[in-house]
Amino acid sequence: MLRASTAAVMLALWTMPTPTQAGAPADPLNSPVWNDLVKKVFGDAPIVFDERVKVVVPSVIENQAQVPVSADARALPNVERLIVLTDLNPIQHVLTLTPVQSKADAYISFRLKLEQATPVRAAALTSDGVWHVGGVFLEAAGGGCSSPAMARGDADWTATVGNAQGKIWRNADGTARLRLRVRHPMDTGLSKDNTPAFFIEKFDVKGASGDALATIEMFEPVSEDPTLTLSIKPQATDASVSIDGRDNNGNIYRSVVPAPWNQSAIGTPHRSAH
Amino acid sequence: MTAQCDDLNPERRHFLRLAAASVAFPLLPMFVAEAAPLTYALSPIKLDAGVWMIAGAQDAITFGNGGAIANVTILDSTEGAIVIDTGPSRRFGEELATLARTLTGKDIARVYLTHFHPDHVFGNQGFDADRIAAPAGVISGLKELGNGFSDAMYYIARDWMRGTEVVLPTTIAEDGIEEIGDRRMRRIVRSGHTASDLAIYDETSGILIAGDLAFLDRAPTTPHADIATWTTTLNELSQIDCNRLIPGHGPAESGKRAIAQTRDWLTAIDGIITRCFDQGLDMTEAMDAPLPQGLESIALARYEFSRSVMHLYPKLEASKLPKVGQKEK
Repeated sequence: MLRASTAAVMLALWTMPTPTQAGAPADPLNSPVWNDLVKKVFGDAPIVFDERVKVVVPSVIENQAQVPVSADARALPNVERLIVLTDLNPIQHVLTLTPVQSKADAYISFRLKLEQATPVRAAALTSDGVWHVGGVFLEAAGGGCSSPAMARGDADWTATVGNAQGKIWRNADGTARLRLRVRHPMDTGLSKDNTPAFFIEKFDVKGASGDALATIEMFEPVSEDPTLTLSIKPQATDASVSIDGRDNNGNIYRSVVPAPWNQSAIGTPHRSAH
Repeated sequence: MTAQCDDLNPERRHFLRLAAASVAFPLLPMFVAEAAPLTYALSPIKLDAGVWMIAGAQDAITFGNGGAIANVTILDSTEGAIVIDTGPSRRFGEELATLARTLTGKDIARVYLTHFHPDHVFGNQGFDADRIAAPAGVISGLKELGNGFSDAMYYIARDWMRGTEVVLPTTIAEDGIEEIGDRRMRRIVRSGHTASDLAIYDETSGILIAGDLAFLDRAPTTPHADIATWTTTLNELSQIDCNRLIPGHGPAESGKRAIAQTRDWLTAIDGIITRCFDQGLDMTEAMDAPLPQGLESIALARYEFSRSVMHLYPKLEASKLPKVGQKEK
């Protein structure tokens, strides 16, 4: 009888509507911290859950320190800001992309650290002041935030920190794909080796004439050796794009990526390139 | 490794069904499956006189299969039983040791580990550590990565893993012949699937036990692979005149279809992933790339392809993206 009544109580609990913050729509991912996260990140701004904001993650995760994530709000017009949040990570705010209107798309791919299974969200702020939120639940074993960076096992890591690699693929329609990789331990400050937080906190992406294309603010959950993919629209006359970065210790990282026109089109990825 | 595992995160509906069933039949204990003792019920397939294979599930590691996805081989000899790979958990290893003693009527003379992946070595506790032999690279790899594997295995296979701990072999298996009683085994120490792989050619039966150097009708895994080296090793293994081949995953067959299929898969995915990278795609985009028709139908093709994108992309990025900047002095 005890079992039966326990089941009945559980059944009753499950069928009751989940209480939500006044004014905020119910979270489709049913996260226990969503209402608090809303207050912290969005304040009183209006929020809608919107399928046009996509978070793409692999169907299988095995390296919690390097989880590939794409946040894509290109289906929405007039996106002023795109932020990525992980509800149950000890550090919830992963990054913010600020695309300059008509100079960059509301799209970013990168890798993040995962301390435990969690919803991963992208929230796009449109020019009417509304946050459009999309997301997925990412199932994975944890430990990505509290494990030391791989670089900490390498005595010579300081010799390569800040080394940047990158490439631009430019399309006939004027859009360009930028991929950038910068060597950096991206220490969370939470690892068991007591290394303090040390991470790149900003990248400014600019055209050759210095005009801003996009800004990326990053936080500790971005994976070691940040590897970013952006969709930008440099001027036709720009022969290169510059990326200026800075970490929380004041180190400056400067990259210049050539932007030639002889690249394959991103829009037709699976056709043979030759 | 986890998202395909539906048991991990039972949907609310599923719980509701269980709860509702308990309401309807108050004497029916809830969560029956959790209370029953888990057992692998190993069923050996006899391949030859004194040679048995226990076939792994052609699947990813899930709670449903308890991690028992890799093939295990038992050979009889006048010295005792020879066991190749120990399975995914303590429980499996103990059942395997009992089975090997029952089949051969003798104690365990030797255990070989083909490589350090958890589905092949986490049953070591069923055996005396000093009977377990593996190449030096397998032992060092297990020492380095074993605890991480253990976390992941407990997360996925849960109670199947109860009491499982990493046990390091104490005997180093070198390349070359080892005679155990009346059985003459050629130990082939190579690399490619991992930094250290052991294949065993049993000259007595003519059976080649390839470990995870060969997969059949199940997509190969690449978390520690070097594709070029692996291909070279496969070319070498294909020269061995065996009359039957036991792959690490998939059916044992006469002929070498496993070697050809593994080589085809590796060549194909290496080409596709490199092409995606060269066209500027990100990892999540590359994971959607189409696979050749003949390979798309292999079990877990899309799952392992996605994993391989995650394994190979960082190497391509590090080696192929042009240098564009550095820290300001």
